[in-house]
This record gives sequence, C-alpha cells and structure tokens, in this order.
Amino acid sequence: MRFLLRRTIFYALTAWAAVTINFIIPRLMPGDPVKAIMAKYQGRLDSSAEQAIRTLLGLQEDKSIWQQYVEYWSLLLHGNLGVSFQFFPTPVADIIRQALPWTVGLVGLATIVSFTIGTLVGTGIGWRRGTWADQLLPLSTFFSAVPYFWLGLICIAVFSVGLGWFPTNGSYDRSLIPSLNAEFIGSVLYYGILPAVTIVVSSIAGWILGMRNMMVTVSSEDYVTVAQAKGLSERRVLFGYAARNAILPQVSSFALSLGFIVGGTLVMEMVFSYQGIGYVLYQAVTTHDYPLMQGCFLVITLSVLAANILADFVYAGLDPRTRQEG
Amino acid sequence: MAIDSTILEDVPQDVAPALAAAAPGKRKLLFLRNAKALTGLGIMAFFGVIAIIGPWIAPYDPNAISADLLQPPSWSHWMGTTHTGQDIFSQILVGTRGVLVVGLTAGIIATVIGMIVGVTAGFVGGAGDETLSALSNIFLVIPQLPLIIIIAGQLPSAGGITVAVIIAITGWAWGARVLRAQTLSLRKRDFVEAARANGERSWRIIGAEIMPNLTAIIAAGFVGTVTFAVLSQITLAFLGVTSVSDWNWGTILFWAQNNLALQRGAWWWFVPAGLCIALLGMALTLINFGIDEFVNPRLRSTGLRARDLRRRGIRPRIGFTPVVRETSPRAAQEDQA
Amino acid sequence: MSVSTFPGTGRGVIPTVADPVLEIRNLSVEYGYDENPTKVLRDVSLTLNRGEVLGLAGESGCGKSTLAYAATRLLPPPGLITGGEVVFRGRDGVEQDILTLSDKDLRASRWQDMAIVFQGAMNSLNPVHRIGRQIVDALQAHVPGISRRDADDRAAHLLELVGISADRVRSYPHQLSGGMRQRVMIAMALALEPQVLIMDEPTTALDVVMQRQIVEQIAELRDRLGFSVIFITHDVSLLIEIADRIAIMYAGEIVEEAHAHDVYRRPRHPYSDGLLHSFPPLRGPRRELTGIPGSPPDLARLPVGCPFRDRCAFAFDACATVSPRLTAPAVPGDTPGRSVACLRHDPAAVTAAGFTPQPVPDRLSL
Repeated sequence: MRFLLRRTIFYALTAWAAVTINFIIPRLMPGDPVKAIMAKYQGRLDSSAEQAIRTLLGLQEDKSIWQQYVEYWSLLLHGNLGVSFQFFPTPVADIIRQALPWTVGLVGLATIVSFTIGTLVGTGIGWRRGTWADQLLPLSTFFSAVPYFWLGLICIAVFSVGLGWFPTNGSYDRSLIPSLNAEFIGSVLYYGILPAVTIVVSSIAGWILGMRNMMVTVSSEDYVTVAQAKGLSERRVLFGYAARNAILPQVSSFALSLGFIVGGTLVMEMVFSYQGIGYVLYQAVTTHDYPLMQGCFLVITLSVLAANILADFVYAGLDPRTRQEG
Repeated sequence: MAIDSTILEDVPQDVAPALAAAAPGKRKLLFLRNAKALTGLGIMAFFGVIAIIGPWIAPYDPNAISADLLQPPSWSHWMGTTHTGQDIFSQILVGTRGVLVVGLTAGIIATVIGMIVGVTAGFVGGAGDETLSALSNIFLVIPQLPLIIIIAGQLPSAGGITVAVIIAITGWAWGARVLRAQTLSLRKRDFVEAARANGERSWRIIGAEIMPNLTAIIAAGFVGTVTFAVLSQITLAFLGVTSVSDWNWGTILFWAQNNLALQRGAWWWFVPAGLCIALLGMALTLINFGIDEFVNPRLRSTGLRARDLRRRGIRPRIGFTPVVRETSPRAAQEDQA
Repeated sequence: MSVSTFPGTGRGVIPTVADPVLEIRNLSVEYGYDENPTKVLRDVSLTLNRGEVLGLAGESGCGKSTLAYAATRLLPPPGLITGGEVVFRGRDGVEQDILTLSDKDLRASRWQDMAIVFQGAMNSLNPVHRIGRQIVDALQAHVPGISRRDADDRAAHLLELVGISADRVRSYPHQLSGGMRQRVMIAMALALEPQVLIMDEPTTALDVVMQRQIVEQIAELRDRLGFSVIFITHDVSLLIEIADRIAIMYAGEIVEEAHAHDVYRRPRHPYSDGLLHSFPPLRGPRRELTGIPGSPPDLARLPVGCPFRDRCAFAFDACATVSPRLTAPAVPGDTPGRSVACLRHDPAAVTAAGFTPQPVPDRLSL
C-alpha cells in the first residue's frame, strides 16, 4: 500500500499548493482592488462584505500575512468561499454548487468516452502497423493541433446555425422547469450532444496517438513474443498481453494530462454558454468577480485531484507491482 | 500532451547514447532527412517570415474602419471584412507576430525553468529530487488554463510578454519531468560514472556529459511548450482575458464571437484564424514527431513504405515473420540444385 | 547440403537410429524491408534428432538466436524469411513445413510441437498476470474444453516439476527471483509436452551456481520426458556439459557441426578453436584462455570469401575470394558425419578457383 500512501501525501500537498496559490495571487497584484470594487458595486456591498472580501483577497492592512493565512483556511474549511460581487449577495459556494453537476456530467462523461474510444482506436492502430489504419494518424494530428474552442465554433456554425440540428447554446430548454421527468432529461441530452461530441472529437486525438505509441513500444516486449509463441489467439495476445500492458502508461498519462484536458474542455463550456464551472469562470473573469474566479479555480483543481485519485485507484488495480507490500 | 508523454515513457535506455556516439553532423542530417520534421520546419519558417514582414505587407491598417461592412472574401479583401469594415487578412498578417513572439518567449522561459528543475532533480537525486519532482508534479496536476486565466484575469492589464511569462510559469512542468527521467538514467551510465570517478566537477559533468545527450529531449520539450503556449495565448485572447487591442489570431476570434459572426454566417471571420492556428499547431506537432522518431526508432512508421510492402506481400507483424521467397533468387536456385 | 546425422553415444536416451524431428533446410533471413537488407542468415541447414540435445554456439550477433526465432517465425519486424524450409515431423510421422503454415495452423502447432525458453526471463513473463494464469493461458489455448481447475492443477504440477513450490502459482513475476522466473519459463514451455524445446541463452543472466542447477535440471527433464532440445549459448564450455551435438555459427552461417566431444577435443574450424579458448571449462583440465582477436564482421557489408578470414591465423590467399562450404574435414580417420566450412579442409574448392591448397594445420587436425 506504499504506492497509495505516497500518492495520498502527494495529493494533500497539491491541494495545499492550490489553496496557497489562491491565497497568494491576489496579494501579489498591484493596487487595492477592494476600493475599486466597493465603488463599482456602491450600496450593494455592506461593510461586513467588505471585511470578507478583504480577508479573501488579503487586503487587511492591520493583520500579519500569517494571521491572514490562518483566517483564510478557517473560511475555506467552513465551506465559505466568499460572496460573489456579480450576483451579490449569493455565496460563491452556492453558485458553484449549482454549476458543478453540469460540468461533471458534460466534461466528465465526454472525457471518459473520449479516453475509452481513443484508447481502443489507438490499440488497433498500434497493433496493425503498416496497414490502412496508419492513415488515421495524420487526421488525429490535425485534431490535436486545433484549439478546442475553435472546433466548437465550427461545430456551432455548421450544425446549429447552418443545419439547425442543435441549439447554439445553453444546457436545456429554458421554458422547462428542471425536474426529473422525461421531457427535461431529453432536453438536457439534446442540448448536451453537440458540446459533448465536440469535446470528444477535439480531445480524442491525444489518446489515439498516446495509445498507439504505447502499443508500438509494448509490442516489441519479450512477453508479447512469448504470448505469440504460446500460440494464444490473436484476441488473447492483444488484450491479455499487449494492450493490457500498454494501458498502464496510458492511465498514468490520463491522470497527468487531466488538468490540461479539463482546462481545454472548460473553454468549450464558454463557447456553448453551457452553465457549468467553465462558463461561471468565464463570467467571473469578464466581470472581475474575484471571489467567484478564485472559488472556481479551487473547485476545478480539487475536482481534477479527485479524478486523479480515481485514476490512481484504477492504476493500482491494473498493475500488481504497485500493490507490493513494503 | 500525448507527444510529450510518449517521450517520457518510451525513450529506450540505450538509444540516446548510441545516437550521441554518432558524429554530430550525421545526426543533424538524419533529423533533417525526416519528412515530417522537414514539413514542420518549412511551415514554421513561413510563419516566421510573416511574423517579421507581416505589418509591412499588410494591405490595410488592421484597425482601419471602412465602408465595406461584413464583406465575404473578394479581390480587395482576400479574407473579407469585419462588421466595421476592417480587413481580416491584414489582421491575420499583423497578428502573426504576436502569436510567435508569445509562443517562443514562453517556450524559452519554460524550457529554461524545466531544464534547471529537471536536470538538477535527476542529477542530485535523494531529497532534492523528491522535492523538485513533487513540485513539478504539482504544477502538472493543477489545471494550467484555469490558473492562467485567474492570474491574467486579476492583473490590471495583461500584455503579450506578461502573458508569455504567466504561461511559462505554469507550463514548465512537462519538460522538467521528462528531463529528470532522462538525466536519472544518464547519471547511472558508465561515461558519467567515469567522469565522477575522475573527480570532475558537477557543473562540468552536467555541461559536458549530460546536456549533449539531452538535446533531442530538450528540443522536444521546447516545441511542446511552444505549442501549449500558442494555444493558451490564443484561448486567453479569445476569452477576452488579455488585452483585446493587441492583434493576434485569438483577438480576431474574440471580435468575431462577440459580434455574432457565427449567427450572421460570416465564416470568413473565424475560419482563417482557426486554420492558421491549426497549421502552426500541426507544424509544431510534425517537428515533434520528427524528434520522437529520431529519439525512438521503434516509432518510425512503416507507413511510408506501406504500398511497397503490400506489393511484396510483406505484412510486418509481431509473432508472424513474413515469408517471401521471391526476393532472394539465390535461395530458390539452391532449392532446385 | 543437408547435414547427415550420426549414431549417438553414451548419454541418456539418444536413439541409435537417426530420427529427425526438426529439419531446417537452406533457411535464409534478411533484416530490413528496404532495398539493402542485411542478410543475417544465409542458407542455414540443421537437423535435430528425436531425444537429442543440439547445442548452437557462437559470439553474439552470429545469428544463432535469429535461427531460433526464424525457425519458429517469431522474428520481429523488420525480419524477413526469404527462403528455405523448416520441416517438423510429428510423432505420427506427418511432416509439415512451419514456413508454409496458415496463421491458424501455426498457432495450433506452436507450444504443442515446439516451445521456446527465451533469453532473459526478466521480460518474458507478463508483469501484470500471475504466473499460474500465464501457464493456464497456454493450456487453454491448446487443450479444448480443459476445465479451469484441471488447468490450475497442471500449472501447479509443472511448477513442482522444475522445483518451485506449487503455491507460487499465485505469485506475480516481480515477486520471483531471476532463477525462479527462468524455471517458470521452463515449466511453461513444458506445459504441453512439446517434442522440441528451443532454449535461447536460458542461463545468461544467472549466476554460475544457478546456471549449473538449470542445466542439470534440463538434462534431467529431457531424460524423463524425452523431448529434443536446441540449446543456444555463447558459452561453449556450458554446451559441452549438456549437448550431444554442437553446431558453431559465425556471421549467419554454420561453420562447424560435430559431436560435442569431437568439437571440444578436436575442433576443425579455426573459429571453433578460438571459441573454445575463450571460456574456462566447467570441469576437466584447465586450458589456456586466449580469445579471438578482432570482432565479428558487419553483416550489412559482408566481404566475399570467408567471413572469418580477417581474424583467422590460418587464412591464405584463397580465403579472400572463395566462400567456404560445409564439407567433411580433411583429416584422415576423423569421426564420420562431422562437417566444417573452412578452405583448409576443402582443397577441391581451392583448386577449382585456381589457388594452391594449403594443408590443415596441426592444431585443427588433432
């Protein structure tokens, strides 16, 4: 269990680093944004709000940086991420709580689908080198070179504006009242298809290329030759030996590049005005809503960490060497 | 990302020094003979020229408003115009410089940070290595783009170089990780051990023995970081997080999106910028493929000769060596004899 | 050019009648799919008799492993078999050419007829599966309808056969020592009671004590189970211990083939002679270690004539133009059935090419 212990320490460290980055950044910025904010939202923010903002942004002149740090942590541990400027007096935590399920649903599902399909396709291409399958490579190269959001724009232009098949933005039909009935769920699915497909198409290339290269590397390992020498069926050699080992680095690279993927897919929410964390972050940035911005960053980072921990469990399940005692 | 990770996992232990042993001139030629790398370098050179002369050859001032409102491509406006009559072709030409300057600056800074952290970690080992590795893994796991967005979003004004620095600060970790792994394996090799036994100073061992063997990986890391920086910068500009008055391809997309180019069917407003990004991104990816295949010969695609192989009836497979008797008439004669 | 066989002497279950189980005829292998492939094997012929241990020796890069891989069609890309036959004769006497089998038939034949123990057991075992399962895999692929329990029992039994306790079936490869992994590979190779066992440097990565144990174990199992072995190694003194017959390879060709004791006591090829003086014998009188000067030629740029001539103390003018073929040694009264590819032993070829034949040196005609 040493592997999991090491990883736990690492994640605790990363979470601490994320919080601390969040704490430091506003304190490094020039000027006193709070005064500007108070002026901008004149009358809507009272003095207690100003105090909270100062704690969050670290602009309490009377307190030492350590006191500020301790207070910051105690606020966070009580689930208090401050109050949004833009939607005053709604707490940041509430806004995020509403947005998070949408992101987990869209980005989470799309990423898993993309990883699964990409890994399977990469397995096939890597296994059958020198066949037609190699010609998929240039295509995936193109998709890996295009920014996600631009592909989103093109999809909207073609499928929503041009063909009118899908709505251009939003996450469900606004005339419906959110509830667990068939009509609402259908609407959510309908609105989610285009963003989800776009995320899958734009992120799949990386998984295909990664898995293909792993397959090429693993295929020349001795144990794959031994498996062939044993006269096992093609299926068994491929899935029990070659792909079974190639998936290990693929999973660890999944964990490591999750931050990158999530960053890119959040932009997709912005393009589609899909009401997840990414879109909230976008709104916060455009309206200079600092508490909301920071809350979003923190939640995104913690979510990525959670996904990483899951990936680690999967890895530990797949690789017996990590389960070694001592 | 996929590109970097393959280098990370794949570098065969014995390949790098074998390559290093060959004459440097021959190595360079080998790399340049790679068709992918050549294509990529060609496209990069093209954009490089545009970045230098773009502002002079642009037919219009990219900010100049004209009476040709939202015109599709024509002889006077090759890529059409915006809703205020600005020439999009000129905006692309002028914007190239911003893209390349930020991309290369961020790439250089991030590579230097990555080199310092990665090589140090791999070379010193022990607690220092643990600390530096943890640091780069933390930067790897924290989602970079949101981090860049909140940093840039809290700055009063984020110009080109500021953005490059922010991107570099958040994006150096991949390079560091790859370099650390490679340095670690180099450190255990005989020629480094020998240098140590001779009492060579650490900085000399790093400079003379380790660095030359890391060239390909540093280059790959640099190219990967430039790709990341270009995409990040364009994304930031598109979101309007950075200054929307500095022209780059992302800024064009920002104005297109904010002025409903999609809904108005003004495809010429957002397609050219996107294609330029794709072309530049592909060029960088191709260069990286070239480096990859150069470092790891196992990845070299047999695709180039696929047609030739099919003609000869060869299907390269693990575990089923092809048998082709026609190619060796000598053996056939002997069979008869 | 087929290699004739000879009656075995002494050891174990060697049959008195030549009964070939595997015949490799004129096997040629190239490396590289482009216009200038490297010819790594050139017209190699070799016969393995039932119940015999055939040793294959030579320096690294001489093609001995390539021969094993090519004969089983396991050579990885860009390996290419360009000619020859590999005829396997089953217990029922039915012959089949491995090189012409369909994929399906080849899969069925593998491990059943011929099994291989690869060089370096470190990487031969799949790191993510228990070793028991890896043995069971082979059983299930070839024994239709075998129950999981029977297969498990068989795996445990096989491990015991090679001296590993049966409860190790649940171990992963990383939990075993190098010697144990090599034994597991041998157990796995014996799973289907193959008639031919090819062992590619099975003891290279192990220490001397472990080498000894494994070699003795193989000899003991061979006596008990009656399979034939092709034993590949660069360590000739080890071969003397185990092999009935020895073939020496150099630069992709067989240069000498004879009974193990004949090769050891009376080498006929200068290369065999050099090879014997490169390793200390495991037992018997000590002999002077001299080694062979120089290094093997680059197979991509092989010169005409004898490939060994640059390193040979007995080379003469004909060696630069005439390629030696396997012939009986020009030593009167020599053991019948042995062959050597050296122009010193082939005055006819030398004369035919217009050169003056040179006598066989004393050293090579003991």
